[in-house]
Amino acid sequence: MSEFVYLYRGGRRSESAQEGQQLMEKWVAWMKELGQKGHIKDQGQPLEPTGKLVSGKQKVVTDGPYAEKDLVGGYTLIEARDLAHAAELSVGCPIFESGGLVEVRPVMNM
Amino acid sequence: MVAALTRVFGIHNLALAEDVVQDAFCRALEVWKLRGVPENPSAWLMTTAKRRAIDILRRERTARTFAPEFGQMLASEWTLAPVVAEVFDTNVIKDDQLRMMFSCCHPRLREEAQVAFVLHLLCGFSVGEIAGAFVSTRSAIEKRITRAKKVLANSKTLFEISDAAFTVRLQAVQRALYLLFNEGYHGASPEAAVRVELCREAMRLAALLRDHRLAATPASYALSALMCLHAARSPGRVDSSGNLSSLFDQDRSLWDVNLMSEGRRLLELAARGSELTEYHVEAAIAWIHVKAHRAEDTDWLEIVSLYDTLIKIRPSPVVALNRAIAVAQLDGSERGLEEIRAIPGRERLAAYPFYSAALGELELRSGRAALARPHFETALTLARNATERQFLEQRLRLCTTKEQERVC
Repeated sequence: MSEFVYLYRGGRRSESAQEGQQLMEKWVAWMKELGQKGHIKDQGQPLEPTGKLVSGKQKVVTDGPYAEKDLVGGYTLIEARDLAHAAELSVGCPIFESGGLVEVRPVMNM
Repeated sequence: MVAALTRVFGIHNLALAEDVVQDAFCRALEVWKLRGVPENPSAWLMTTAKRRAIDILRRERTARTFAPEFGQMLASEWTLAPVVAEVFDTNVIKDDQLRMMFSCCHPRLREEAQVAFVLHLLCGFSVGEIAGAFVSTRSAIEKRITRAKKVLANSKTLFEISDAAFTVRLQAVQRALYLLFNEGYHGASPEAAVRVELCREAMRLAALLRDHRLAATPASYALSALMCLHAARSPGRVDSSGNLSSLFDQDRSLWDVNLMSEGRRLLELAARGSELTEYHVEAAIAWIHVKAHRAEDTDWLEIVSLYDTLIKIRPSPVVALNRAIAVAQLDGSERGLEEIRAIPGRERLAAYPFYSAALGELELRSGRAALARPHFETALTLARNATERQFLEQRLRLCTTKEQERVC
């Protein structure tokens, strides 16, 4: 088993409370299912869509409105046989329903 | 509320769950004093407890381990709030109360401890209130509860309704609720209000059993039926001057018609299937009493035969005593006295006030007031509260009147 990180990117915000509720239930169900199959090393956390960017040699701090499609909305640490397997496990993620994507990245063993 | 909190915190964190409930109540007192009581106080308390639970789960996730049932779900914001919300859902709470109730009736605890524990965790009775209800000392109850908590903490999670031990545990739960109700109905507590509360809680928890697919067995229906049919009679048990009134003298128009018909409906539901428990028989006896419009209309033959069945299912000197009293109604007081003298192990009844009272009553009816007197006197020394004492003093005065009549 190797470790991978899912970076959840983009995805439309829910328009109504009801839609938000349904989406949340889907996320819970999905996490639960992956966990029961033993693929979750750490559920990770969702992230707020706000933040700061610190950049350059001058370490300039700027507010970070990011382009929606790039925005990382959260992460999860996954265990899978290989990269192909990790990618395959992500297809049930509810983010696809709201137009987002999952970036699957192997943890680098240094 | 404690049940739901214990499910997310894990049963080993029972004290934490109790603290959160306590906190919620304290906050309620503060906030309601300023802003008035909200429209739905119990929902307000629930929301407060839920928020506090989420705070604790966030803050102490590294320091404590919570319920293993949820694994990582409580450690991550992806799932924390939704999982807690689900646990606090009304229907889920009902299930958790049921599981809590089953957890309290652990086979390693004695029956009295189980009942005390149920009262404490599911009915929110304080140690002092339980001590009052059982006419016991605070320290004795404290000890029972502490031990019960230790046993519970060792079992790691709440009892699973799907567990193989379910049937056996269900019997223990039914028994505990039966005892709880009896404590309310016949109990020693001098406070009528306390006893009414015990009966009401027993009926509420028995209804939880009926609402659950697996726990709604014929015995559970019979238990509820029995409670309804007894409770139906309670408005007539005390007369206008606050004195205990015997079944024969009660004003039957005071009996609660709604509870009577509910009891009857439940008894019919209990009759589905082949199971016949002591609760069935006791409910049937209660039904025969309730359906008689006047005391003299009571079908004593049927009652005696039901007591015969009850003795086969659950033999005890108390059941035999009740049977003997029914025999006295059917065949006269002399036959009743013979039956009492023939009760196996009747020396075990010596400390039971109703035993001496029954002997006195039957001697009195046989026209032997002088023989009745010492029995009533014994009963009087055993009486557990003012109402019982008043009743027996009244019987003693009757003995005096009868004795004087004979002299004249």
